[in-house]
Amino acid sequence: MQRYLLRRVFQSLLAMLAISVIAFALSQLSGSPVDSMLPQDAGPEEAERLTKLWGLDRPVHEQYFIFLGNALQGNLGQSIKWQGQSAMGLVLERLPATLQLGGFAIIVSTLIAVPVGVIAAVYKNTPFDAFGKIIALLGQAMPNFWLGIVLIWIFAVHLKWLPTSGRGGLSHMILPAIAMGWFQVAALMRLTRSAMLEVLDSEYVKLARIKGVPEWRVVWVHALRNAAIVPLTYFGLIAGSIFTGSVVIETVFAWPGTGLLAIDAIRGRDFPVVQAVVLTFAGVFILVNLLVDTLYAYLDPRIRYK
Amino acid sequence: MTDTTQPTPEQAVSRSKLGVVAQLRSLPMVPVFILVFILIVPALAADWIAPHNPITGRIPDRLQPPVFFGGTWEYPLGTDRLGRDILSRIMHGAKVSLSVSIVGIIFGGVLGTILGLIAGYFRGWADAIIMRLVDITMALPSILLALVLAVSVGPSFQTVIAVVVFVLWALYARQVRGEVLSIRERDFVARARVSGASHLRIIFRHILPNAANTIVVLATLQVGSVILLEAGLSFLGVGIPKPTPAWGLMVADGRQLIVSAWWIAFFPGLAITLTVLALNLLGDWMRDRLDPKMKGL
Amino acid sequence: MHQVAPVIEVQNLETRIDTKMGPIKAVDGVSFSVRPGETLGIVGESGSGKSVTALSLLRLVPKPAAKIVGGAIILDGEDILTVSETRMRDIRGGKISMILQDPQTSLNPVFTIGSQVVEAIATHLKAAQRELLNRAVEALRHVRVADPKRRVEDYPHQMSGGMKQRVVGAIALGSNPKVLIADEPTTALDVTIQAQYLQLLKDIQAETGLAIIFITHDFGVVARMCDHVAVMYAGRVVEQGPVQEIFSNPAHPYTKALLSSVPSVEEDVERLYSIRGQPPAFWDMPKGCRFAPRCDQAMSKCEADYPPTYESPAGTQHCASCWALEDTEWTPSRS
Repeated sequence: MQRYLLRRVFQSLLAMLAISVIAFALSQLSGSPVDSMLPQDAGPEEAERLTKLWGLDRPVHEQYFIFLGNALQGNLGQSIKWQGQSAMGLVLERLPATLQLGGFAIIVSTLIAVPVGVIAAVYKNTPFDAFGKIIALLGQAMPNFWLGIVLIWIFAVHLKWLPTSGRGGLSHMILPAIAMGWFQVAALMRLTRSAMLEVLDSEYVKLARIKGVPEWRVVWVHALRNAAIVPLTYFGLIAGSIFTGSVVIETVFAWPGTGLLAIDAIRGRDFPVVQAVVLTFAGVFILVNLLVDTLYAYLDPRIRYK
Repeated sequence: MTDTTQPTPEQAVSRSKLGVVAQLRSLPMVPVFILVFILIVPALAADWIAPHNPITGRIPDRLQPPVFFGGTWEYPLGTDRLGRDILSRIMHGAKVSLSVSIVGIIFGGVLGTILGLIAGYFRGWADAIIMRLVDITMALPSILLALVLAVSVGPSFQTVIAVVVFVLWALYARQVRGEVLSIRERDFVARARVSGASHLRIIFRHILPNAANTIVVLATLQVGSVILLEAGLSFLGVGIPKPTPAWGLMVADGRQLIVSAWWIAFFPGLAITLTVLALNLLGDWMRDRLDPKMKGL
Repeated sequence: MHQVAPVIEVQNLETRIDTKMGPIKAVDGVSFSVRPGETLGIVGESGSGKSVTALSLLRLVPKPAAKIVGGAIILDGEDILTVSETRMRDIRGGKISMILQDPQTSLNPVFTIGSQVVEAIATHLKAAQRELLNRAVEALRHVRVADPKRRVEDYPHQMSGGMKQRVVGAIALGSNPKVLIADEPTTALDVTIQAQYLQLLKDIQAETGLAIIFITHDFGVVARMCDHVAVMYAGRVVEQGPVQEIFSNPAHPYTKALLSSVPSVEEDVERLYSIRGQPPAFWDMPKGCRFAPRCDQAMSKCEADYPPTYESPAGTQHCASCWALEDTEWTPSRS
């Protein structure tokens, strides 16, 4: 168990390092940061001073290590658009809003997808199963931004049940969470259904029934505990796409999180902030995957004891 | 199993060729109709069949509602705030969706297939490096890459393709590698190797044809998600630049007017939904036909 | 022995399965009974309906395709085909239980051995967790799992196949059922482990007076384990009786054929069941005797009508359904 987790932590660090290389390489593509960061009226001496200060006169690999050293200390430079604020500071300030919405969307979609997937498997080829299939097909075909807009149009503008946008109480989270989570609900539901179908056909489920275990326990404990392993392997991917989906959804619902920040930063060509968002998102993504693998080992003793 | 029940790979390939007509006859018709009428015909013939110019509108005709909602047959799906015909723009938008998905899948598929073939066939350090790259690619959310590219080199058709290729190659490499690993253990590969065939000949004559089903199925399954990806990027303003009519861009245009002119955002989004729905149904059908073992995807 | 009433009595059991080829009767009028402390062997080729019979006894035929459509199963004085599903759950594991074929797949991989045995006991007994665990350890000791106190913490993948099958035994016997169905419990095990396992079942039976229904295709196992045998062919029992009678004096041609193909150690296993032809398809059942197309002694009568059941003159309750017995000392059975 320890060795397995240690290896996964090491792999995660490696992935993070690779992403820092990509982020750095892309910053090279965008031209010299000195030009974009200096005030219009600054002279050549000022440019030279900054070039020296940031080590831009050194070889590329040395520049990378300077960048990495700074990044590790959370220092990705100053924002261009929001003068006087550090790029990382801006991101961290907005991160809780994104985590709140993303977390809510993940919880809600799991709470919907897993039971529906289980029931669809238990009652396969019935109207309920067909209903689940339609929900899944729609979820995988509707673009999330359009779904968000249609939801606003119906539930906020016409029916006036829920607020159109912004951050506030629970009611503010419902529409964005649906728009964000429907696609994941579809994927998770299909996975749960097919995994359950396989498990329900197994000998140990038969033995549980022979023991006299009540049917609800057979389905929700014996079968689901095994079937959950399959969707769980995709859960990292699902969580990751929920967080990247936040860029779109936060734009549609004017939700003041990192996604909206990223779009504003792009419109203002604020490269340090974009870089900070990318590294933070990648970090969250990798962390979630690490957590998922830990949970995976917990659920499947065959891995735990390897 | 004897030879009568288990077709040799060569037979399997030729049989699937022979059966093309029979296979086509069992195509699910509704998705095919949707695709033909929403995506393919408009994409190929928009210049001739679109009733209006998609770029320049008539300002006096701005914000016309669709027919049956107070509008006229002149603009069946209404007009946007520049007086451009929504229907014509959707027809021209199909060009973007179709070309991005075709070009992206060809480039991403070819790159991923080659790397997957190399990784699966030669194993060793090449395999290790390629698979680590796959892991890293999959750990990097695609939209973030698009954001960075949009800031550093500016949004364009090429950046969209780059993002699509970046997302797709890893999927292909992983799937093809898995396929190659099992194919290279089969008898006919060993036979070819014993008879002194070169690596290239083994790869292209023996392994690739047998991995072809997987590659085709993966491509069909991916078209829908590529269209969704492009639409999302264009919606955010980091994809296809204005004023090209792209479906995602049109939804973004209509977003602010959803209260007063819902049709501007609604119809392009509906076009995306129907197209992707049809493509997914078609992809499922292809997979069940050609490669049932990919069920889990 | 004959005075003791049977603990389970199956009368005219019929189970229907809906298949792509239409509905079939996988179990078609099967009757037998077992007394406490006795073992009944149900013998037949695969597809003869013996496994569906076993699942029918637990009312666990695969839903919704299969359905028990007729007959009665009197278990301990109660017709379990008429009780509610809730009552049936008490009966499963509590009064009748089963050991499955493959120990590798019959234990849930994500739960410990202990919790799986505990669950079997807790389903039928309200008691504190500590008490349940003690009973589980006892149940494991009973099936001779070494060091059961420590092994309750193990997961299935940490055990050998033979050990797993003992655990399955502990689960099946955890609530002291009166009837145990064993569906080819040893086919997946090594030969030496097989012998140990069979001995274990016999010892437990001697201690507890358990009635065992042993499903197998192996007459060697039958000779070793069973008091009575029922031979099944195409969903029906064609011959049944005490095991010595069947071995020394088989009446039905199918039983004879099966017996003559029992492999001895020296013989090639390939020659098992060297009966010509195939069992009939369920959706294309012969009108008369179902074995007639493969029978060397088939007469025109055999093809026209299904034979009645005849009882042996020896008075040993040895019966068989075959037209060849019509004009012999065998007498038509009363039932």
